[in-house]
Amino acid sequence: MMALLQSVPKLPIDNWVNGAISWIIGHFGGAFDVLNSVIEGVVSLLSFVLTAPPALLMIVLLTVIAFFLAGWRMAIFTVVGLLLVVSLGLWSDTMLTLALILAATTVCLAIGIPVGIVAAKSRRLEEVSLPILDLMQTMPAFVYLVPFVFLLGLGAGPALLATVIFATPPAVRLTMLGIQQVPRETVEAAHAFGATPMQTLFKVELPLSLSSIRAGVNQVIMLSLSMVVIAGLVGFEGLGKPVVTGLQQLNVGLAFEGGIGIVVLAIILDRVTRGIGRGGKTSKA
Amino acid sequence: MSEAQERTTQRQDNEREPIIRVEDCSVVFGRRAQQALEMRRSGKSKAEVERETGSTIGVLDANFEVWPSEIFVVIGLSGSGKSTLLRAINRLIEPTEGKIYLDGEYISEIPSKQLRQVRRKKIGMVFQHFGLLPNRTVLDNISFGLEIQGISAEKRRKSAEDTLDMVGLQGQGNKLITELSGGMQQRVGLARALATEQEILLMDEPFSALDPLIRRDMQNLFLDIQGEVKRTVVFVTHDLDEALRLGHRVAIMKDGEIVQLGTPEHILREPANEYVERFVEDVDYAKVRMAESVMVEPKEVAYTGEGPTVVLRRMRQAGLSHIFVVDRERHLVGLAEAEEVARLVERNERELGAAVDEDAPRVGRRTPLREVLPLFVDDGDAPVAVVDEGERLAGVIVRGSLIAGLTTSTEPSEEGGEDFSGVGNREPSEVGSGDAVERGRQG
Repeated sequence: MMALLQSVPKLPIDNWVNGAISWIIGHFGGAFDVLNSVIEGVVSLLSFVLTAPPALLMIVLLTVIAFFLAGWRMAIFTVVGLLLVVSLGLWSDTMLTLALILAATTVCLAIGIPVGIVAAKSRRLEEVSLPILDLMQTMPAFVYLVPFVFLLGLGAGPALLATVIFATPPAVRLTMLGIQQVPRETVEAAHAFGATPMQTLFKVELPLSLSSIRAGVNQVIMLSLSMVVIAGLVGFEGLGKPVVTGLQQLNVGLAFEGGIGIVVLAIILDRVTRGIGRGGKTSKA
Repeated sequence: MSEAQERTTQRQDNEREPIIRVEDCSVVFGRRAQQALEMRRSGKSKAEVERETGSTIGVLDANFEVWPSEIFVVIGLSGSGKSTLLRAINRLIEPTEGKIYLDGEYISEIPSKQLRQVRRKKIGMVFQHFGLLPNRTVLDNISFGLEIQGISAEKRRKSAEDTLDMVGLQGQGNKLITELSGGMQQRVGLARALATEQEILLMDEPFSALDPLIRRDMQNLFLDIQGEVKRTVVFVTHDLDEALRLGHRVAIMKDGEIVQLGTPEHILREPANEYVERFVEDVDYAKVRMAESVMVEPKEVAYTGEGPTVVLRRMRQAGLSHIFVVDRERHLVGLAEAEEVARLVERNERELGAAVDEDAPRVGRRTPLREVLPLFVDDGDAPVAVVDEGERLAGVIVRGSLIAGLTTSTEPSEEGGEDFSGVGNREPSEVGSGDAVERGRQG
């Protein structure tokens, strides 16, 4: 039995991948440089906007947003949590991380929602996309992190791409689920009244799958946050940095401070994004 | 009437064209469609074909025509292909074979852009589970069809509000769909189909999801509206009572085939085959219908504490041989007979009490007529009281109204006949087969 197994030839997948990567670097290196600078530019612009106002003003602003979308308890948490972050000296790191998450989420949704819509309608695309989504979510980030560093260098570029790969699947899945859950008769009604496919999508399917898509947005943001430490590994400043440094120097306290920052940001983002679009309407019904 | 108008009317009468014509329409779900159809036509059963080819035959060789302003009912058990046939008419389900003409226009092969125009202008539809948009208000749902057509918000609102009145939802236009009951939601569904003013209305079991009492209200509402708007309606149902009540003509489907097509009377009197016969037999009106469907308002009642003279006088004026006695909250106490009351008057009694029979029969609103019937056999011509849950008098059943209720649906209407050309001229209220009691109560 063992002999039989040993006689199975080894597929040189490792060589193929290495070959493919160096081929890509050789031929498209320039394009990736451009991509890297675009990502760097966008993320630093965002973080510049977020850090431009004094920290206290930003805290007030975020608290107001939290109050309207998540209630007064969350508003209190926001004040306390963000003041804690300031006192730990992590304010600019937090805003930098927030910038990365905003950029990554935008890219994830821009890819995930349209793909989800098409996959909901095409059985074939659904069948193809499901294993790819599984792959994206289960392939360890370190595996694709290294080629990204080869291609894009260190910093925001590989951090954002790795985040996008890991965080896009729920946007696709929940959009697809939402659209497939729209009652068949309601879609039929739109067709029966002569709606075009676009009218059906925008007047019926998307509005009725909004709560599922909203859950997808929330998931994308949460998964993006979980990539913050990975981002720190590829040299992206931000809340991942103290965690990574803490690990390297066996400075548990430093890593813990970074962890606190991530948790505060995560809780605020989670509660606030759950409240988006959930105005008075649903609470009344 | 002007000359021109007269000519138009005449032309309509003489050269009336069917508004819907379906020729040899078949629908097959699955891959080996042709093979499945051939097997089915050569006499194999639907189940055999399914087992051998894996394809399901939804509709097989359907042929029929629907005339302007007719209510054409398609009836069958679930899985008989009735909803599929309905959807083949507006191509929500693409027929595998056959030709469909709407208003003389051949629509089976027109491109999707043109098909959308046909759907916008010619055919409206009402769905079993309403198919409404829960995120929108009532008015925005009603104007959905108009919105699709790109009509301005102002016009939309106006026409939606008019339709709202028509279905009896005045003042509820700004409610969310989720705030309405099932019956109310289907009113919105109906209004949505009326607002677009298409000539043809496809109705897919529109009242099947509603509870029986509301279903009856909705049937009445539908007939009232149809009397005004005179659409051509194809109505799918599995409820024979409903089919007979609403339909000018009824097509009975089994395993995808139309097994009989004719007026309700025709179908009841001359069932085409055993299947139809069994279908029709199942309708035992005494079992299906309930006390409240045949009860009438009591003309007069007597109150406990009233004197016999007053009561007797009231009975004479109303021409009653019996009167029900209730207390001030309208709780039923019993029944008094005129002779007994007169005897009390002779004896100069002050109290009605002695004449009241407290054991007189009473039934609940939803008691089946089957159980009401024997009461009349035992008690001669005394009326039976119908009481609600709180034992309050809701109505009375007299011999006449009971018999009317039992016979109406089996004797659709005198002028019904089998002459299809007369179909458009019949008043919808008569189609409901003149439930004398209902009409009396409404009028």
